[in-house]
Amino acid sequence: MNTQAQGTRFVDRLGKVYALYTLGFLAFFALMAIIEQFGVGARTIGVLFLLFTLAIYATIGWLSRTMQVDAYYVAGREVPSLYNGMATAADWMSGASFVALAGGIYFGGYPYLGFVIGWTGGYVLVNALMAPYLRKFGCYTVPDFIGTRYGGNLARFCAVFVLVVASFTYVTAQINATGTIAARALDIPFEIGVWFGLLGILLCSMLGGMRGVTWTQVAQYIVLIIAYLVPLIWMSNEQGFGIIPHFGYGDAALRIKELEAEYGLQPAAEAVAGLRVLTTPHFDPQTSLDSWKFVTLALAMMAGTASLPHILMRYFTTPSVRQARKSVGWSLFFIFLLYFSAPALATLTKLQLLDPTLATAVVGKAVEDVMALEWIQNWAHVGMLAVQDQNGDGIVQLNEFFMRPDIVVLATPEIAGLPYVISGLVAAGGMAAAMSTADGLLLAIANALSHDLYYKIIDPQADTRRRLVVARVLLVGIGALAALVASLQLTGILGAVAWAFCFANSGLFFPLVLGIWWKRATREGAIAGMIAGFAAGSIYLWWTYTTGETWLSLDHLRFGIVGMPVSLVAMVVVSLMTPEPDAETQAMVDETRIPTGDSILAETH
Amino acid sequence: MAEVSAETRQAHWRKTSTLTYVVLALWFLFGFVVPWFAKELDAASFLGFPLGYYFIVQGSLIIFVLLIVVQNIFQDNIDEEHGVAEE
Repeated sequence: MNTQAQGTRFVDRLGKVYALYTLGFLAFFALMAIIEQFGVGARTIGVLFLLFTLAIYATIGWLSRTMQVDAYYVAGREVPSLYNGMATAADWMSGASFVALAGGIYFGGYPYLGFVIGWTGGYVLVNALMAPYLRKFGCYTVPDFIGTRYGGNLARFCAVFVLVVASFTYVTAQINATGTIAARALDIPFEIGVWFGLLGILLCSMLGGMRGVTWTQVAQYIVLIIAYLVPLIWMSNEQGFGIIPHFGYGDAALRIKELEAEYGLQPAAEAVAGLRVLTTPHFDPQTSLDSWKFVTLALAMMAGTASLPHILMRYFTTPSVRQARKSVGWSLFFIFLLYFSAPALATLTKLQLLDPTLATAVVGKAVEDVMALEWIQNWAHVGMLAVQDQNGDGIVQLNEFFMRPDIVVLATPEIAGLPYVISGLVAAGGMAAAMSTADGLLLAIANALSHDLYYKIIDPQADTRRRLVVARVLLVGIGALAALVASLQLTGILGAVAWAFCFANSGLFFPLVLGIWWKRATREGAIAGMIAGFAAGSIYLWWTYTTGETWLSLDHLRFGIVGMPVSLVAMVVVSLMTPEPDAETQAMVDETRIPTGDSILAETH
Repeated sequence: MAEVSAETRQAHWRKTSTLTYVVLALWFLFGFVVPWFAKELDAASFLGFPLGYYFIVQGSLIIFVLLIVVQNIFQDNIDEEHGVAEE
């Protein structure tokens, strides 16, 4: 087994190890670019990218193997803030952020941008309300905090239940994404691609638990951010949009507005199933209904960020409270690098397709010429894009150019005419994003079940070895179940992600926040808050999803806006009706609020 | 490590709470108020972007990052002042 001494030595050499790794990855990228020039096919390059990165993650997973409880659950609490920031960013940015976000912005306009604000602003809440205090508490899992702060198995069980529902909803979407990417790169059926993706995910987490996941997530962040920024910056230079496009695409956004007015934003004469034409203006907030949709989406995503256990548990791995706070700052910085790139990517890609003065334009060109373009043929061949001359004038109109939103990121290198090696890089980045999130989620579920349900509730006498075996069996079992559900393809990627956030904020947000910020919060109050909030949100989701009706324009992506207030009211009312928590609990809350002193729970528990 | 007195705890928590409320107010301003009035702000321009659009795709994001960094600096000072900082 890997000893503590080896682990510590590794932590001291992190800078060198990851610098070398980054250089190695760039060298591999250069090598692929060179062999492409020698005529090696696109498919081979795609396969090599995938296998090379997977082999690295698996190696890190193997080297991080452990049989110690605190290494397995919280990476030995020795992850420095900078690296925890990278790991959190990879944990956070899912296949949806990497693959679907820019496409969503491309098609969704102003209301959709609520995701961008929501998925970044949530970290202000994490830092201000949660992370430092939970770190001081010294828990292994989020239900561990609920169970200790409020006491009793019922509160712990409710937290485990909400965690499992939210995380499981989320993880199926991620395994779905790994399956899609593996299927395309390796040219295997999707149903097999899903299991291949799962295998990669388990290689990272099974042997090393949180320690293994932490060090692979750092490696995955490096791959995913390079894979997102390199194509964007390369495309921008190739097409003359500036060296760093992020600060100068205001003109492009304004030009798109002009072009939209010129072409007109009309729905297609005849719809193509699964594909969309552009009908929403790039950025044009109109009524206060638009504003309402924006802020409700942003709020649901922010509160969800601050209650999703796979994110919160990353802050349990730092050596101190101060490092936990610092690592929230690093996390948001690393996330910001991708999130402020996505709107730039969406805008520049759209301009390239729409502006007839650019060589890359598609809209406004002759249908025959467009159909002859290689990238159009490639994507049309797999049914993800279509050009149909529905009004018969021989010119591609804006509402005759159909696309699947997900492909914006994947197709951008081809639209701009970049070499195939870039597409291989993007596929590796998407895989890293989906795998790292899936790993964090699977671990959050398996740890809650093994630590909180099995060890704390079912068999408190279990020895270390037994606990860790149970944790691993659960990890594999839940992964297999998630892959099975994913292979059924029940929901779209983005819908499932938004649901996960709403389940989490309906059930967990207020019990977590008030556990730290309101000493008067009682066990009965917390249980009422979790059950009422989760039930209200779920019932609303079921109602709006089956009937298609909405209350206050809150659709199924925002059902947490209904669940959260119910949770708050139930928790406050029931807390005030029950006797105030005993002196011991109040002292525990006081202790949580200062950084010094021993953590509430013992180092290993 | 000496026991922290009740007065120190109270003073420390009062300052910590005040800091948190200020941070949350700024978070609310840039996360909700500014995006709500994006249309009105678009009349102005910044770096060649319409202002409302700029905040949503970039400005508010930068402010969120800075907000966390600045809050942590203040919080470290509060902790040190009351003798409850680690290390």
